Amino acid sequence: MMDFTRRRVLRGALDGGAVTLALPLLNCFLNGNGNALAAGKPMPIRFGTWFWGLGMTASIFVPKKAGADWELTEETQSWKNIKQNMNLFTGLTAFRDTDPNLCHYSGWVINMTGQSPKAGGDKPGETLDTTISNQVGRTTRFKTLTATATGDVRSTVSYESANAPTNPEVSPINFYTRLFGPDFQDPNAPTFTPNPKTMVRKSVLSGVIGEIKGLEREIGAEDKQRLDQYLTGLRHLERQFDQQLTKPDPIAACIAPKAVTSEPELGGEAKIVATRHKMMTDLMVMAVACDQTRVFNMNYSSASANTTKEGYEKPHHTTTHEERVDDKLGYQENCSWFTRRSLEAWAYYVEAFSKLKEGDGTLLDNMLIYAFTDHGYARIHSLDNMAAMTAGRAGGKVKTGLHIKAEGSTSGRIGYTIQRVMGLDINSWGARSNNTSKEFGEILA
Amino acid sequence: MPLFRSAAGYSVTGVIAATLALASCSGPAAQKSAGVKPTAIAASDAPTDGTARRLRLVTAEQYRNTLAYVFGPNITIPSAFAPVTRTDGLLGVGTSLAGVTASQMEIYQKTAATAAAQVVNESNRHFLVPCTPKDTAAPDDACARIFLSAVGRLVYRRPLAEERLVEYIAEANESATKLKDFYAGLGAALEGMLLSPRVLMVSERGEPDPDHPGHERLDGYSLASRLSFFLWNAGPDDLLLKAAASGELHTQKGLSKTLDRMLASPRLEAGMRAFFDDMFMFDDFNNLAKDGQIYPVFTGVAVQDAREQTLRTVIDHLLTKDRDYRDLFTTRSTFISPSLATIYRLPTTPGWSPYEFPADSPRMGLLTQISFLAGHAHPGRSSPTLRGKALREVLLCQTVPRPPANVDFSAVENPASTIKTQRERVALHLKNPVCAGCHKITDPMGLALENFDGAGQFRTEEKGSKIDASGSLDGKEFQDVTGLAAALHDHPQVPSCLVKRVFAYGTGSPASADEKSTLDYLNKNFAAGGYRLRNLLRTVVMSSAFSTVSSPTPEPAKSASVVHGSSGASPVKTDIKTDAQ
Repeated sequence: MMDFTRRRVLRGALDGGAVTLALPLLNCFLNGNGNALAAGKPMPIRFGTWFWGLGMTASIFVPKKAGADWELTEETQSWKNIKQNMNLFTGLTAFRDTDPNLCHYSGWVINMTGQSPKAGGDKPGETLDTTISNQVGRTTRFKTLTATATGDVRSTVSYESANAPTNPEVSPINFYTRLFGPDFQDPNAPTFTPNPKTMVRKSVLSGVIGEIKGLEREIGAEDKQRLDQYLTGLRHLERQFDQQLTKPDPIAACIAPKAVTSEPELGGEAKIVATRHKMMTDLMVMAVACDQTRVFNMNYSSASANTTKEGYEKPHHTTTHEERVDDKLGYQENCSWFTRRSLEAWAYYVEAFSKLKEGDGTLLDNMLIYAFTDHGYARIHSLDNMAAMTAGRAGGKVKTGLHIKAEGSTSGRIGYTIQRVMGLDINSWGARSNNTSKEFGEILA
Repeated sequence: MPLFRSAAGYSVTGVIAATLALASCSGPAAQKSAGVKPTAIAASDAPTDGTARRLRLVTAEQYRNTLAYVFGPNITIPSAFAPVTRTDGLLGVGTSLAGVTASQMEIYQKTAATAAAQVVNESNRHFLVPCTPKDTAAPDDACARIFLSAVGRLVYRRPLAEERLVEYIAEANESATKLKDFYAGLGAALEGMLLSPRVLMVSERGEPDPDHPGHERLDGYSLASRLSFFLWNAGPDDLLLKAAASGELHTQKGLSKTLDRMLASPRLEAGMRAFFDDMFMFDDFNNLAKDGQIYPVFTGVAVQDAREQTLRTVIDHLLTKDRDYRDLFTTRSTFISPSLATIYRLPTTPGWSPYEFPADSPRMGLLTQISFLAGHAHPGRSSPTLRGKALREVLLCQTVPRPPANVDFSAVENPASTIKTQRERVALHLKNPVCAGCHKITDPMGLALENFDGAGQFRTEEKGSKIDASGSLDGKEFQDVTGLAAALHDHPQVPSCLVKRVFAYGTGSPASADEKSTLDYLNKNFAAGGYRLRNLLRTVVMSSAFSTVSSPTPEPAKSASVVHGSSGASPVKTDIKTDAQ
């Protein structure tokens, strides 16, 4: 009885034609103990990133205690509900060796590639999320999903390659339509009607793919990679069409959200950004729950963040440089105000994934999220004493609730650890001083 | 059977609506001279190795303009393509380097599907499909061929190879059979066409240049595309493709005749709007917002209108009135909309209307327009540094160095309450020699704009202190913005920067050191022609550097070297945001 899957049944029934099938959720297609999406497949482990700009103020951010017994600090008060589901890393260094410190750039590039850019304008190559999506993201509808709360489509820390930044979704309405609009195949729908137009589209697409070879002969080596990317994109469409023609396996956690019909106005004011971030996060959570993607990115703010505070003339970035350290408080008050808004958004992000039940636990249990920034102390553009976070237990491979003092070691260790957890067969990662083969063993289960 | 038919009640303005519309493009009105007289050549146009053959991504605007030409403006293309990275000051150059991500491909597919569905829907098919199938529920080889060959030639920008046309017809037929609908089948084939790499990427082809042995030139169709995207921001029209096919574009006389037609066409306005939108970095306006409490008048409508005001001013000045480019920085003529009138503190009238600032007004030239003043300022205050940096980088094509990382900012931290003005604030930068190096480059001319706040509103005081708007630009000192405008007008790098950008935009390549003689030639001709834009466009197109190309680098032997976590691609040099205050 278990020799066939729903997909095999449907393929046979369709035989290339358009039919509608009523599909009761047959027991034979469901995993009995709730720890798998369906039919014996283990829950997939998903990877996500979360980025905020301009670091933090160590004196009011870094807990004194390390290990499991760390205390919430002035800037991290909003983490009360997520503390046990995350790990905090402090004292990280993004080594630039002899390369220049490219303000608001070198730091995140090193975190995402393990290599420091050599000059202004040198674009990062493939970033960590792309590397992981090449490993785990090829079977879902979207290989990766990227969104930002900034409203700026140029705001990204994800690159497929040096000339192909992953441009984020900026509009919650558009993001909803892309995810749950007409092309969404509800895995729990009682009936399944493959669209005959999709079959036709797929057929026409093969002719388009055939044009790549002819074009290849006309171009030079520099453009070859770009044409390869085009071909990869067409193959991606082909796979999407295939998926649209195949009834997906049921997923209990997947409930398509209500249509998004309005969204925040343009602008970087912190309340607007927070609203946009929540809307994008809620959509991302359900996209992951519905197995539309297994790799995703979210930017709360951009590097050199331009988030503003209502009635206050300086955006976050300018504040880091121009606000004096308050004699009484011992830190830049408004600057910390911006940081706290960022860290509240992180709390919302993590909690949103943890609220969704999946199998015996939560969606977050089957994920690993990496949060990082561009500087340690942004006021002086420092690349040492940087902070980063992870959230989720990666299906039990990662322990949480820990504060790890990195004692100045490379931030590349987090990227390396993540890749190992996500199943990449690598022995080291990063270049020069950021090269490491040393995991953060403290968090490994 | 007529090739294309019109339908009562419809305005057939596109050109697959094709030859119908072309009748007007090729008629006497369009053939009249653009009024551009070739100027006396002030330097030699020596043959060069030319620019590199490019593989450029078509922008969303170019795609939209092309389909509007082919099918008429009623076909709406809502999608925005992924932005490319600004390179050497231009997004247009960035299209020669940009890759295509998987998510971008999804956008291409959705865009193609949306466009194709509109073309063959019941409302449009009767005048956009130039033939009627024998049976609307079945394939029709002949009708599919008529439609697909005509459209294919326009969107591929050259005739479709017969082999590929046959494939498309077969796909249309097969789809029509499956869907039991001729038009749906045709739509599916059209959707495929609009997704083709040959449609969404402009691949330039070269051929030996018989007039300059040893050199290579663009083939006729590639030259037609380069011309059309440059001047019209769209693919070539029917006449341009015919000129390419006949070899006319490879003769000086034929190229000149085509150029006359293109420069006289109303489509030149769309082309030049796209160019200046790119050069002035107006893509920043897609995300520009001000603090609503500090600048309540700066609404979302005002943001878009500020961009539009400058583009209207530029087009009116350079194309409609055919005036000196440098005068754009001193002109008092512009256009006003209701949302801008509030910021300029002028009486409000409905819609856009021409407006002349009085001779004693501080508003003079593009620098005093809201697009420049608000576009290069903070959300809650002005910024002499950002404005000075933009002036140098956008209008003079200079590069302001990135700020150093390890700076002691204590001098500029919120200082004592005695510091009121931006002038006092930025003066603190000069106390630190590390800061002073760059701020001396940007601040003196930015301070001359301090009579305008972060939203571009005029002011004489800041926090109760009278504003001193004196400044200097490369040795010229002035007391206020009118002095800055005059200094900029006379700055030799103002016209040469435009020349550099126009050449790079037209060819898709940044001007390299090898192109110095070409740029010298173009600069001298631009000056000799009175700094008129149409003259510059003509000189660029007629120069040997525009149509001469160098072969792309052949693919090297495969290397086994792979860096983990990297694509292995060479780093791409692009413009990135700096940390200016």
